[in-house]
Amino acid sequence: MALPLIYNARSVKVRWASTTIAVLGIAGVVAIFVAMLSMARGFQATLVASGSPANAIVRRGGSLSEMESAISLDQIRVITDTPGVMRSSEGIPLISPEVVLVASLPQKTTGAYALVQVRGVSARALEVRETINIAAGRYFRPGIAEVVVGSNVAHMYRNCGLGDTAHFGGRNWTVVGILDSGGSAFDSEIWCDAILLNQTYSRPASMYQAATVKLSSPEELFAFKQGLTSDPRMTVEVEREVDYYERQSQVVTTMIRVLGFLVVFIMAIGAVFGALNTMYSAVAARYREIATIRSLGFGSGSIIISFLLESVFIALIGGVIGCLAVLPINGYTASTLNFQTFSSLAFAFRVTPDLLAEGMLFALLMGIVGGLFPAIRAARLPVAIALRSL
Amino acid sequence: MRFFPFIVANLFRKKTRTVLTVGSFAAALFLFALLATIDTTFTGGVEVAGADRLIVLNKTSIIQPLPISYRDRILQIPDVKHLTYAVWFGGMYQHERNFIPIMAVDTEGFRSMYTEFAIPQEQWEAFVRDREGCIVGRSTVNKYGWTLGDRIPIKGTIYPGSWEFNLRGIYDGTRAEDDTTQFWFQYPYLDERKEFFKGVVGWYVVRVVSPDADARVAAAIDERFANSAFETATESEKSFAAGFVKQVGNIRLIIVSIGSVVLFTLLLVTGSTMAMSVRERTGEFAVLKTLGFSDLTVMFLVLAESLMYAVPGACIGLTLAKIFTLQGDPTGGLLPFFYLDPERMLAGFVLALAAGIAAGIIPALLAMRLRIVEALRRV
Repeated sequence: MALPLIYNARSVKVRWASTTIAVLGIAGVVAIFVAMLSMARGFQATLVASGSPANAIVRRGGSLSEMESAISLDQIRVITDTPGVMRSSEGIPLISPEVVLVASLPQKTTGAYALVQVRGVSARALEVRETINIAAGRYFRPGIAEVVVGSNVAHMYRNCGLGDTAHFGGRNWTVVGILDSGGSAFDSEIWCDAILLNQTYSRPASMYQAATVKLSSPEELFAFKQGLTSDPRMTVEVEREVDYYERQSQVVTTMIRVLGFLVVFIMAIGAVFGALNTMYSAVAARYREIATIRSLGFGSGSIIISFLLESVFIALIGGVIGCLAVLPINGYTASTLNFQTFSSLAFAFRVTPDLLAEGMLFALLMGIVGGLFPAIRAARLPVAIALRSL
Repeated sequence: MRFFPFIVANLFRKKTRTVLTVGSFAAALFLFALLATIDTTFTGGVEVAGADRLIVLNKTSIIQPLPISYRDRILQIPDVKHLTYAVWFGGMYQHERNFIPIMAVDTEGFRSMYTEFAIPQEQWEAFVRDREGCIVGRSTVNKYGWTLGDRIPIKGTIYPGSWEFNLRGIYDGTRAEDDTTQFWFQYPYLDERKEFFKGVVGWYVVRVVSPDADARVAAAIDERFANSAFETATESEKSFAAGFVKQVGNIRLIIVSIGSVVLFTLLLVTGSTMAMSVRERTGEFAVLKTLGFSDLTVMFLVLAESLMYAVPGACIGLTLAKIFTLQGDPTGGLLPFFYLDPERMLAGFVLALAAGIAAGIIPALLAMRLRIVEALRRV
């Protein structure tokens, strides 16, 4: 037979002070737990959103990122003629040979210099990456020192607004457009003409770093890869764009996850101790009450369930408060150094329903752990002695 | 001190509560130590950076090279004592996950520049004699189980292909916070095998006569190469490292600031437990006073009890944290430094003491001001 829930709800209310502390402890753990995961999730989502499953990225064999890669113009021609490359309505192959560099630009907030990724692209880059739009202004004209900047760059760095003159690589560049890629890594980049960028940084003119290719369909990747890697002129890595960016996110997400879990784990121990203390004193304060309930005929099983429910109730309140407290950080934009590209990357925290569910589950777990032992103690009370106690 | 047995006896009255309270103190202090370690991880580069060392980089971008001919021209600049150069090589061992920070270094100037790294003389000589030789830091050697004389295949990421090195030496840091994950090999080996961009280096490191000369020498170097094809940007090693920290900054700030909030919450939980335990014994304190113990003694007893939770808790938490950090970096090699500074441990201990006093002071004052008659009347 179960005790009525209202009994637990009322006794929680009576001991509001120590309950509040336990609730706060659990709320804190849940909030941090969700915040850490949403940070890792946001970082990963930013990079993964940068890739498209229908695109392939071709790099030099052995290189892990575009930054380390090099592809010559001759190789670009071979890639262009490989079967599987999509063609535009005019029959032009959709391939974007790109040069990737980092430039240091002053930040708006502190004036301190941070590294920004600069991507030298061709006129067809936007056709290859369909998710990217020009949100304001226009695309740069080839051969002229004009740039389009990602929306994050535009509001994080000085002299990067529409119409401003940005300075890097010993040259002035006019900002003629703002890119919007819907929150992906391209929003943290500056795009300009590849050939001009090579000249500016006095790099060999016919060298690019990687080529992004639009495939005629996502299934073509295997055939395309086969075609390129079996060509004796080429030693290249072919990877689906999505996979490439997913891999790029791994270092930072692993770091956030491992450190975050450690912090959360220790916090959880502290919070469970707090909950245990609250529940033990709840049991201790109610010796006579419990004994009375027992003598009324309730079994030890219903006492355990009742106290467990009480502890879970406290934990769930904590969980809800924690989740509510963490909601406002959804969409908060932070930036960090992406170790793979050596440049800073802005990303937004993502609090998703499944993360909130995980947070509640975690609260539930803490409630069960924190309630089980005190509940067992309550159930084991010898009725006669407890009735006599003060 | 004669009250000591009394205080201890009180602690053992409710064993579960004592264990839990000491335990949550330990958890809070462990967390503090962990956050301090994470913080050191990101700022570590700044603290170990030499004050009298300058880094000379290509002005346009950190990844652009500088010509090797700058070596002699930098040495001519007044107050430059010493110089070395290196190239970032990168590379992985067996699998992409096993990324190793590999650098091609200059065998003449490197060792005397980085005096914080200890390398046995005969190992250094063997390294210099072998063009394919390498010297690797202790933690990387331990991680992959290499021994002296091993031939190590490395897959280049920036410089493609398979590269093989002979392990000729193992270096140790002279301080606990030194980075012992690096892998060095001879610059000529790289330059001979490269297909393009020969005769360039990644950066120069310059030692100046004294830290005061930093700014002057840095300006002189940049001025010397102004308007050349390879302009330089020179800064002190410290500000170079600090620049990186600033960029990682946001994440570090987030982790550390939320951690601090949590720490505060944990201490609040602990403090309330103590207050609760004192409040329950109001009657006993009244009895003590009736027996003739002074107000101050009673206050002291309550405070001492509070500290009896805090001090062992702090000791346990900090010791566990120290043991944990000695096991090495939990992310499996992503963090170059993972080291708990003794100073931070001391700070943690002081924090615990302060929290113990803060948690105990209100109940202690209440106990001191307790009016015997009223307290005894309470049930």
